[in-house]
Amino acid sequence: MLHIPILRNGNPYTSVESVELVHHATGDPMASVSQANSGMVVRDIGNMDDCVLESFTVRELFDLSRKAAELFMTASLPVGDEMQTFDDYVNQLSSSTGMPVGYCRNNAAKIHRVMDEIEIVVGGLTRGFDVDILDQGYGTHNGGTLSYFREGRIFGAVLPSNSPGVHSLWIPAISLKAPIVLKPGREEPWTPFRVIQAFIAAGVPKEAFGFYPTDHGGAAELLRCVDRSMIFGDANTTRPYENNRNVEIHGPGYSKVLLDDKAADNWQDCVDMIVASIETNGGRSCINASAVWTPKNGRKIAEAVAEQLAKRQALPADDPNATLAAFANPLVAERISDVIDHGLREGDAVDLAEQFRGSPRLVKQGRIAYLLPSVVWCPDREHALANREFLFPFASVIECPTSEMPNAIGKSLIVSAITDDPEFRKALMDSPNIDRLNFGMVPTFKISWDQPHEGNLFEHLYRQRAFQIEPAA
Amino acid sequence: MVQTHVETGLAADVESWREKLDAHTREIVAWHFDPSTGCPFWLEYAKKLDWDPREEIHAYADLRKFEPFEDEWLRGGPVRRWVPKAYANDPVYVFETGGSTGVPKSRINVNDFRIDYEIFSDTLSDDDFPRNADWLMLGPSGPRRLRLAVEHLAQYRGGISFCVDMDPRWVVKLIKSGRVDMMHEYKEHVVNQALTLLRAHDNIQCLFATPKLLEALCERVSLVKMGIKGVFCGGTQLTRQFHRFAREELLEGKIGFYPTYGNTLMGLACHKPFDPADDFCVIYHPPCPRALIEVVDPDNTDELVGYGEVGRVRLTTLTKEFFMPGFLERDEALRLPPCQKYPWDGVGDVRPFSGFATPIVEGVY
Repeated sequence: MLHIPILRNGNPYTSVESVELVHHATGDPMASVSQANSGMVVRDIGNMDDCVLESFTVRELFDLSRKAAELFMTASLPVGDEMQTFDDYVNQLSSSTGMPVGYCRNNAAKIHRVMDEIEIVVGGLTRGFDVDILDQGYGTHNGGTLSYFREGRIFGAVLPSNSPGVHSLWIPAISLKAPIVLKPGREEPWTPFRVIQAFIAAGVPKEAFGFYPTDHGGAAELLRCVDRSMIFGDANTTRPYENNRNVEIHGPGYSKVLLDDKAADNWQDCVDMIVASIETNGGRSCINASAVWTPKNGRKIAEAVAEQLAKRQALPADDPNATLAAFANPLVAERISDVIDHGLREGDAVDLAEQFRGSPRLVKQGRIAYLLPSVVWCPDREHALANREFLFPFASVIECPTSEMPNAIGKSLIVSAITDDPEFRKALMDSPNIDRLNFGMVPTFKISWDQPHEGNLFEHLYRQRAFQIEPAA
Repeated sequence: MVQTHVETGLAADVESWREKLDAHTREIVAWHFDPSTGCPFWLEYAKKLDWDPREEIHAYADLRKFEPFEDEWLRGGPVRRWVPKAYANDPVYVFETGGSTGVPKSRINVNDFRIDYEIFSDTLSDDDFPRNADWLMLGPSGPRRLRLAVEHLAQYRGGISFCVDMDPRWVVKLIKSGRVDMMHEYKEHVVNQALTLLRAHDNIQCLFATPKLLEALCERVSLVKMGIKGVFCGGTQLTRQFHRFAREELLEGKIGFYPTYGNTLMGLACHKPFDPADDFCVIYHPPCPRALIEVVDPDNTDELVGYGEVGRVRLTTLTKEFFMPGFLERDEALRLPPCQKYPWDGVGDVRPFSGFATPIVEGVY
C-alpha cells in the first residue's frame, strides 16, 4: 500500500504508528500515513536551521517557486517509495476527501497560480517595495530607508482537509525565506506533500521542510514551538489562539453578499452571482457566502436562489457534473443536518431549497453521505441560523436596512456588496467587521492574490525596524 | 510483528503458573474473608452474600462469582474499612488515584508498594540501574504512591532518591481551563529543578520520569552526557512511536529504557524485555500472582478477547493488604500471550478506553 512518510528536515521517516486513508465511497484502503509523536515535532523544530533559505535571494526563490509550480502540475513526484503523477494526485485527493474531481483540479490550478505568480503575490503582501531589501536587510524605497528583519524564523501551519485551495496561503512563506513545518489535515496529506516535493525537485533545500501528520497534541506543540504560524479550523479549534499574535487564525469566514436598495429592486440580476458565491468549491470554504443581506425582497431572493440550488444532486466524485463533496463520515453530515433542523424549529425560518427539492438535505449513499444545498429564509436576523457556516452550500437570507448592515453583519471574512451608493460604500469601508471587501458583482470566492486577506503573511513573518547607516566617506 | 499466539514449549510453564495463581487466590480469599485477618469492607460484604467465598472460591476463575469491583467503593471513607485486621496495629499509608475533580479513589498500603517495587527491582539490569547509584524521581508525589515507591526502589538498590514534585491535578485544571501557557511554565519549573539536581549530584545515574517530563528534560540536555544509565518511565500512556522515539532519540540508544504500566490499585506491571520483533509495542505483564491484567470484551465483560484483539482492561489485585477482584480500568489494550519470562497473559498498546462518551484528560504528566 502507498505510504506517506513524515518529513524530518526533508528526510522521509516511517513511523511505527500510522493512520490508514480509505476511499471515501468504497472504504478501500488507499494509503497509510505515518504519524509523528509530539516530542518528535518539538525536537525537530528545535533542530531546524532557520537560515537554510538565507543563502538564496528572494528573487532566486521566486524562480524556484515558478519552477516548482510547473513541476506540481506536470511532474512525477515522490510519495514514499512510489512516484505520483498529477493525475494520481487529483484522483487520490478526490478519493480520500470526497471532493469532486473537477474541484480538485480547480484547486490545484489555484495553487499552481500562486506558486507561478509568486512575485505578484509577494508584491501584494509587501505593497510592492523592492524585495532586494529583504536580502540585504535594508534599502531605499520611495526615497526613504526601509529595513526589515525576519521574526518568523520557522513558520508552521496546521492545515485543514476541507479545501485544497487553502494551501496557497502558506506557500509564499518559502519565498520569504522561512523554513516551514506543516501538520496536514487527516484526509488531505496529498497537497502539502506534493507542494513540498515540487519545491524540493525545483532546488529548494529539503532541510527547509518539515511534514508531520500528527494528533491534536502534536499540532498544539507545533504551534507552540514555531515562531509564527497559521491554523485553520472551526471556532473550537482556533479559540485557544485568539489572543496569540504568533498564530494567524483562519477560522469560519461568515462571508456575505450584501445588496443595497437598488440591487434589491433588481434582485433577479444578482441571483447567479449569489448562487456561485454559495456553491463554488462545494460550498466548503470560508470564502463561500453563508449569508445574503438585503434591505428588501428577501423572501423572493431566497426563493430564486433556493430554486437554482435545489437542482443540485448527490453525484459521485468522478462525475463531471458533481458539485457537492461527499462526507466520508456520514455522522458529520447527520450532525450538521440536525443542527439546521433544530434551528428551523425556532421562529419563522424555513429551508426553501428543501421545499423546492421536496426531499431532505441529508442523502445517505452506502457508507457516505451528502448534504444537498440549504437556503434558509430568516425573517429575524437574530435567528440561530442567521449567521452560521457549514461544510456544504448553505446560506441564510436576511432583510436589514443598509444603514444597519455594517454593524449588524458581524465579523465577515469577505463581503461582496452590490452597491454603487457612495454612502453605503463609505460605511462598509469604515466597518471593522469586514476583512476583504468587494464592490459590485464580484463573487465572494474570487480572490486577487495581490490583495491579501485574513492577515498578511509578510507582516506576520517580518518586522520593520528603524535603521540608519552612516554614508560612505 | 507482535506475537499473538502462545509459544510452543511454554504450555508447562503456563500451567504451572496457573496452579500457583489458583493457590494464591485461595490463600488471599481465605485471608480477606477470615474475621481474624480480613478487612471490615469484605467481611461486611460477605454477610450480604448467600455464599461463602472461602468455600466456593477454589481457583482464580471462580473470582467471577463476585460482582465487578466498583471504583465508587474506594471513594470516601471510612478508609479504615479497607485495613485488614491483621494489620490493625501497623503503620498504614493511604495512596490516591484520580482526584482532579471530586473525591479521589484511595487505597491503603502497609508494605505492598515496597514489595511491588522490590519485585520490579529484580527485573532491572545492574548495568542500566547500577547498585548504589542515586536516583532522580521526576513525577507526582503528594497523595500518589510513586514518590515513596521510587524512593524505596532506590534504597533497595543501595541508592538515594532525589525527588522533584509535579502536581497532576493542577496540570489537569490548567488544561481544562485552556491555560496552556501556564501549563508549559509549570513544566519548565519542574524540569529546571530536575536539571539543577542532575548538575549538582554526579552520582544520579537512574531516573524515573513520566513520558512528557522525559521529553521536556531531553530537550534541554543529553541524559547520556549527564551520566544517566537507566530510565524507568511510566505514569501515562506510552505509544509505540513514543517508545521508539525515547529509545532511539531521547536516550540516544545508549540508556536502558524500562516502560511500565502501573497504578495505585494494581501495583506495577513490568515491560517485556525489548525485542525488535515486537515493533516497539509496549508489552506489559502484571506481577502475577499478586495482580492480574485481563483484556475483556467491553460489551460482555465476562469474556476475554482473543490474543491480538483489543478489549477493555480488567484488573484484579490479590495481596494480603488489598483484594480487588475484576475492576474495569479506564484503559483498553491488546491481549497478548504469555512469554518465556512471564508465562501469563500480557497487554500491549495500552491507551484510554475509547468507549467512554466523554474523553478523559490523559497524558498530562
